[in-house]
Amino acid sequence: MPRVVVDVMLKPEIADPQGQAIANALPNLGFTGVSSVRQGKRFELEVESIDEAQLQKLADTLLANPVIETYSIRGQA
Amino acid sequence: MSPKVGVVTFPGSLDDRDALRAVRISGAEPIPLWHKDASLHGVDAVVLPGGFSYGDYLRAGAIARFSPVMTTIVEQARQGLPVLGICNGFQVLCEAHLLPGALARNSHLHFRNRDQRLRIEATNTSWTNGYSAGQEIVIPVKNGEGRYVADERTLDELEARGQIVARYLGSNPNGSLRDIAGISNEAGNVVGVMPHPEHAVEALTGPSTDGLVIFTSVLRKLVAA
Repeated sequence: MPRVVVDVMLKPEIADPQGQAIANALPNLGFTGVSSVRQGKRFELEVESIDEAQLQKLADTLLANPVIETYSIRGQA
Repeated sequence: MSPKVGVVTFPGSLDDRDALRAVRISGAEPIPLWHKDASLHGVDAVVLPGGFSYGDYLRAGAIARFSPVMTTIVEQARQGLPVLGICNGFQVLCEAHLLPGALARNSHLHFRNRDQRLRIEATNTSWTNGYSAGQEIVIPVKNGEGRYVADERTLDELEARGQIVARYLGSNPNGSLRDIAGISNEAGNVVGVMPHPEHAVEALTGPSTDGLVIFTSVLRKLVAA
């Protein structure tokens, strides 16, 4: 069954406190040299049949909130 | 006959009982509404209460927005039906695009639960007409995703059009941009607030009775109409 991957990230201008918390913790854990972390979501969809337009709508209306997030769709539907 | 104010229960709503109670204390007739029922049963106004609709899975308010009752509410709100979203209800209104912007994770990542001072800035909305401009009130705030965000242009427009209904005074509980605690749509019939007026309607249980004015405001608006 084809798999479609949708990645969702907060827009660059929206502060990401979760990513910042991770970045702040890194030096304490011995990881140096990382200046910034942004956290996002990844959705993996097993699809039987869905057309491109429907997929776009699904990502745009449900998986992501385009007011604060961007998304990218990969894989073949 | 007193006006009817509906309160929607989604799976995961927590404050629907308190909202119904606040409606009753204000003098209106409280009508429980169910998320799966597209009918508003003739109510004159609607409250979307706080809580964690659909467990806040995905994003707060994201799934509730697609419930049958919301389809009707969005339609009627665009025709002037007064709608108030409190906390999770505010998140639902943003997800449904009845209000601009969105609510994101608190900047400090902690759930914040305390009595909060606010300044009421817009008194021309259906839900705040009983306050005086600049009035300071104290009502509870309790959220984990209450940080109001929008792009600069939207924030400037909200300011210019007087759509910022309330701002946090003292310390900002969640990192909300420009200390925004509540906003309205351009027409003023749709209002979203992060703090909880329904928890401040009786001296016995609330830090004040300042929240009651939200509910008497809509009543006044409906009686005048």
